[in-house]
Amino acid sequence: MQAKKRYLILFSAGACLLLLFCFGGIQVPLSGRGDDRSLAGYGPGARWRRLQGYLQPFSSWREDRPDGLGHHLSPRQKRDASSSPYTGRRCRMESCFDFSLCQRNGFRVYVYPQQKGEKISESYQNILTSIEGSRFYTPDPRQACLFVLSLDTLDRDQLSPQYVHNLKAKIQSLALWNDGRNHIIFNLYSGTWPDYTEDLGFDIGLAMLAKASISTENFRPKFDVSIPLFSKDHPRAGGERGYLRHNTIPPYRKYVLVFKGKRYLTGIGSDTRNALYHVHNSQDVVLLTTCKHGKDWQKHKDARCDRDNAEYDRYDYREMLYNSTFCLVPRGRRLGSFRFLEALQAACVPVILSNGWELPFSEIIDWNTAAVIGDERLLLQIPSTVRSIHQDKILSLRQQTQLLWEAYFNSVEKIVLTTLEIIQDRVLEHTSRSSLMWNSLPGGLFTLPQYSTHLGDFPFFYAKLGIKPYPKFTAIVHVVTPLVSLSQPVMKLLVAVAKSQYCAQVIVVWNCDKPLPAKHRWPTTSVPFIVIEGERLVISSRFLPYDTIPTDAVLSLDEDTVLSTTEVDFAFTVWQSFPDRIVGYPARSHFWDSTKERWGYTSKWTNDYSMVLTGAAIYHKYYHYLYTTYLPASLRTMVDQMSNCEDILMNFLVSSVTKLPPVKVTQKKQYKETMMGQSSRASRWADPDHFTQRQTCMNKFANWFGTMPLVHSQMRLDPVLFKDQVSILRKKYREIERL
Amino acid sequence: MYASGKYSSRGPALIPRMKTKHRIYYIALFSVVLLGLIATGMFQFWPHSIESSAEWTLEKGSVHDAPLIRLPASSPIPERGDLSCRMHTCFDVYRCGYNPKNKIKVYIYPLQRFVDEFGVPISSTGLSREYNDLLSAISDSDFYTDDVTRACLFIPSIDVLNQNSLRIRETAQALAMLPRWDKGMNHLLFNMLPGGPPDYNTALDVPRDRALLAGGGFSTWTYRQGYDVSIPVYSPLSADVMLPERQPGPRRYFILSSQTAIHREYRAELERLKEENGEALLLLDKCSNLSQGAASARKRCYKGQVYDYPQILQESSFCVVLRGARLGQAALSDVLQAGCVPVILADSYILPFSEVLDWKRASVVIPEEKLSEMYTILKSIPHRQVEEMQRQAHWFWEAYFSSMKAIGLTTLQIVNDRIYPYAARTYEQWNNPPVVKWSSVNSPLFLPLIPPRAPGFTAVVLTYDRVESLFRVITEISKVPSLAKLLVVWNNQNKSPPEESLWPKVGVPLKVVRTKENKLSNRFFPYDEIETEAVLAIDDDIIMLTSDELQFGYEVWREFPDRLVGYPGRLHLWDHEMGKWKYESEWTNEVSMVLTGAAFYHKYFNYLYTYKMPGDIKNWVDAHMNCEDIAMNFLVANITGKAPIKVTPRKKFKCPECTAIDGLSLDQTHMVERSECINKFASVFGTMPLKVVEHRADPVLYKDDFPEKLKSFPNIGSL
Repeated sequence: MQAKKRYLILFSAGACLLLLFCFGGIQVPLSGRGDDRSLAGYGPGARWRRLQGYLQPFSSWREDRPDGLGHHLSPRQKRDASSSPYTGRRCRMESCFDFSLCQRNGFRVYVYPQQKGEKISESYQNILTSIEGSRFYTPDPRQACLFVLSLDTLDRDQLSPQYVHNLKAKIQSLALWNDGRNHIIFNLYSGTWPDYTEDLGFDIGLAMLAKASISTENFRPKFDVSIPLFSKDHPRAGGERGYLRHNTIPPYRKYVLVFKGKRYLTGIGSDTRNALYHVHNSQDVVLLTTCKHGKDWQKHKDARCDRDNAEYDRYDYREMLYNSTFCLVPRGRRLGSFRFLEALQAACVPVILSNGWELPFSEIIDWNTAAVIGDERLLLQIPSTVRSIHQDKILSLRQQTQLLWEAYFNSVEKIVLTTLEIIQDRVLEHTSRSSLMWNSLPGGLFTLPQYSTHLGDFPFFYAKLGIKPYPKFTAIVHVVTPLVSLSQPVMKLLVAVAKSQYCAQVIVVWNCDKPLPAKHRWPTTSVPFIVIEGERLVISSRFLPYDTIPTDAVLSLDEDTVLSTTEVDFAFTVWQSFPDRIVGYPARSHFWDSTKERWGYTSKWTNDYSMVLTGAAIYHKYYHYLYTTYLPASLRTMVDQMSNCEDILMNFLVSSVTKLPPVKVTQKKQYKETMMGQSSRASRWADPDHFTQRQTCMNKFANWFGTMPLVHSQMRLDPVLFKDQVSILRKKYREIERL
Repeated sequence: MYASGKYSSRGPALIPRMKTKHRIYYIALFSVVLLGLIATGMFQFWPHSIESSAEWTLEKGSVHDAPLIRLPASSPIPERGDLSCRMHTCFDVYRCGYNPKNKIKVYIYPLQRFVDEFGVPISSTGLSREYNDLLSAISDSDFYTDDVTRACLFIPSIDVLNQNSLRIRETAQALAMLPRWDKGMNHLLFNMLPGGPPDYNTALDVPRDRALLAGGGFSTWTYRQGYDVSIPVYSPLSADVMLPERQPGPRRYFILSSQTAIHREYRAELERLKEENGEALLLLDKCSNLSQGAASARKRCYKGQVYDYPQILQESSFCVVLRGARLGQAALSDVLQAGCVPVILADSYILPFSEVLDWKRASVVIPEEKLSEMYTILKSIPHRQVEEMQRQAHWFWEAYFSSMKAIGLTTLQIVNDRIYPYAARTYEQWNNPPVVKWSSVNSPLFLPLIPPRAPGFTAVVLTYDRVESLFRVITEISKVPSLAKLLVVWNNQNKSPPEESLWPKVGVPLKVVRTKENKLSNRFFPYDEIETEAVLAIDDDIIMLTSDELQFGYEVWREFPDRLVGYPGRLHLWDHEMGKWKYESEWTNEVSMVLTGAAFYHKYFNYLYTYKMPGDIKNWVDAHMNCEDIAMNFLVANITGKAPIKVTPRKKFKCPECTAIDGLSLDQTHMVERSECINKFASVFGTMPLKVVEHRADPVLYKDDFPEKLKSFPNIGSL
């Protein structure tokens, strides 16, 4: 009873206190309750509160005045003084790179000649070949702005068979070395067991590093380039496409998160992998490790090894890779691993657990859109984190993995070109790509800022910016035969095209060895009419990015094309819906000829097509620029020498950019072949070699692209009422049917 | 709570032993407590005068109310900032933890006045107006917590915005005295004017251990990428001056230089440029005849002519922002506000918020050495781009520069994005001004994929009770080669579907789902049974489509997996007389919708229709039992910005035998209803997303003079 009474008293006292406190609380703001929240050194209820009344501004206008003392110093001297101490690990473009070399000749890259007796790994050879095949290459060191060693620096692991000895001496003996200024050094592996440092084992001087697995600590922002780790089997050019074929809804795959890899029992990088088993649930989160690696793993074997190894053998790596929504990419001995690219290609969203890893091409790629960047310290939260990611986000992360894989990673050439383009963007900063150009289709390698820095000038960003292409086109007619009569097809064509309501300008590219006809010989048109004499009479001059093209759209025409105004109008309205594709009339197809083991070209009547010839096609002006600058001189010369295949090459180019087929509009198959004979005899279409040449072209092009970019389509686009049994007066494009 | 605490300390055994008398006592006590609580609650929300005045006296803090802290001379000094600090080395992420909202919690220390041993304050200005605004804005935001134990980020109330007004050593000591300082871990300092004469360091000189620094004027050598945040130098002018709206476009001057503290060599260079290019350039300087003072900050002069600043900035396309002693310039803010494209000449400068803002779309960065080429460089920029940059520049100011609040919250958001990278704001969210966000599309199916033919499509047949017709449809569709599965959505709750044995025998799996309610939206539900990407929505009376037409439709869908691919097309038109949208049926030359009586589309749109349909459209459709197809067309066009694809010449779905019941009047009411739908949806979407096109898709050899049997899809063509 006593105890009870005591309790009662205590309790009532407590209640009274509580009551008092409650009413007292009116005066004390809510936040002031409970001393547990306030800090030592502050009174109870202390918190930040806005101050009232007059306060001084943080700076007066006087603050920004010339630096009194330094005023006598010229800014240039000052710049030099402030940047000269920043060399070595503190190198930046401003302090370690000589911009003046690039100003003279533009961004040109020189590769040292290979010395006899020097072993070069296949990967490094691929890198050098890619540079030599690129448009940046120059064989003249005096023109170069960037230098690449022919000494293999990829593998700097002393224990590796690829390791090149005496590199230091070899480099110092190079006449152009210049303490590494304007040099770039490629490296995939550095350091060795047990600590795997990032030291290359020789003095790189002022050279830039393009290095895999680089840590943020050693990475010199806007100076080094972080490249992905790639295997020696990585294709040099072309490259495989990503594995994503479907956007299934809901986007979840069999597993949520998978990993299969080695566990390092000792030494650097073992912590995260050793802890993975905590998260493994052998259902949808499958994280497998094996202790088996190296000769003496048994020695370090721990209690978990046998169980882990058994579990490890139960699963197939590929099966997991293709059937998982997320793939864990934890650090290994080094920060990066092959797994990263494998996951990217497999559209398995990488979950990166590698603290301090400067992600590949981090300068330009927004990795948050294609990967989940985790924190090794929060390993245990990873499953709940990835489960919380919304399915819309998964859908877009997954597609972005494919976009990035195909834009920058699927071949050695892409990795190398991306590296060079990043550096070029730094050198020519005011003509460089915006982040949008790098991170959206078709990727930075196809979006050249030298054409324009304005997003609206490209065919790719209209929807993203909410704008439309310019609603008119420029007709470019390629003329190779002299003018003889007014009834020549080209005369009719010019008149018909100029009559189109969407025509802004007509340009004739005069590629005929006869002198230019007098102005009055041409038909009179209501739109501006320009004649340009083709450069060196080569066929590629029809695809030059002439400044006189005022519109986004180009209607490309052969001189013997027969086309009515209505057809032109219709094709243009269709193009407005597909501004990144070739939209036109004459269609052709390709096929794989398995008996001859090569690509075949056909102009027969087929149920599908993969090319729309540029004899009558509309496409974006930007493709003229790409044709002229992106394609290698070798292909263009080949086309010029044959005066053939330029249209096939254009189709290859556009399809490799868009990964989509061109668009054929309405009928009109009876083109070229059927007209042979009636049209001028000089027509190249009459040449019997013509067709075989085109076959050869296809294979040459496919070889350079490293893959077959052309895509088939089974449909063509007709006017909505095309050939419908309804009064012709109802139809807008009635002329089309009369043909 | 107090009471229950007592109970539990004694254990549950107490309760059964209680007698009735005591129970009553307890109940009484409890009610008193409860009453008290209610009363408190009421007082809290009672809008009476006593409370507000109480609030006033407390909230109206003044500097002098803040406790005074005397710093002993021997008080420890933090280490200088560690240049190798990164989030994973110097930031304690455990404090932030897993958080369903993915939002960090920020604590602000209460204000204290620090003085040294002799009573001299550590700062000449004390708390500045701007820092007060900044902290107040943060304390009013979602980031704020007053619970120091829950905080992930700590912000000292020691104002270090301007290094010039600080005593460096003492400020550092004051920082180290903060109760949770812990080597600066998770502490964020804001500084806009770093360094001091003569060499003007580009980062705050106050030793600060591992604290994060939000600094204005970082150079590439002091900025710890991914750790520090580069912020603008706030310009108080912009808060005072309201500039009129100015649309992007050509301006009177091409280049304007308005800074007053330009090094004389640069000024000479600018003068030279002016000589070469004349009127296109305007070079302003401070006015020599005006007395020094606040007013003179608002004036600029050129050869005796006086211009109002910052208004004059609106008259130029480009405005030069040259480095002064410091890299960060407050002028940048003024220039952006005026929608003038900044031309930034400050080598190695880390632009404000460059971690998230794409400055290439809002500014031109030119190396200081190339100042003489500025005119040529700027002239090479296309006009349309200049306009976009002007718009972008103004948007950056409005969203991220305009106030201390904007600067502070942007900084926190950036830190937040680093801690929860998977929930980070996107490039578009950061960089697109509202007008672009509104008109642009970010299609969720953006990758150009042509899915393989093999998985085929799932036909979803919505039916009520027309069993005979349904069976005919099933039989017809089952002839389509790429059909993978049939899903019958049985929308009749009063009647069971026919027995299994009665259904037509088809070569593909046939599933029946029964719905709970007879709703039209059931046809667009993302059923788990749909395992393919492609869905063919088909009514139970569509028997006229041939196998070729359906197969061709599927092939076309594969080429356009992000669009609706259907047969009869329809059109919306603007009725000028009535001033509203009108629905148009057959025989038009244009198409902006396809009927979903038979249409292919991606299963994703089922998901969107069911879960993401804006406004009340879904319910509205179910209530009116009409227009679900128009709603679907709106939805898809809105998210992709693309028109549907009409395939084949087909114009309507009416079966030959049912023409008799279709009277003209019925047709007309139908049209009126459909027009109403369009107007309703357009108002809910806030825009008209439908896109009009003039083409339809036919097989390549359609109507070609070519043997029919060699064509892939010969049986196409009836209307």
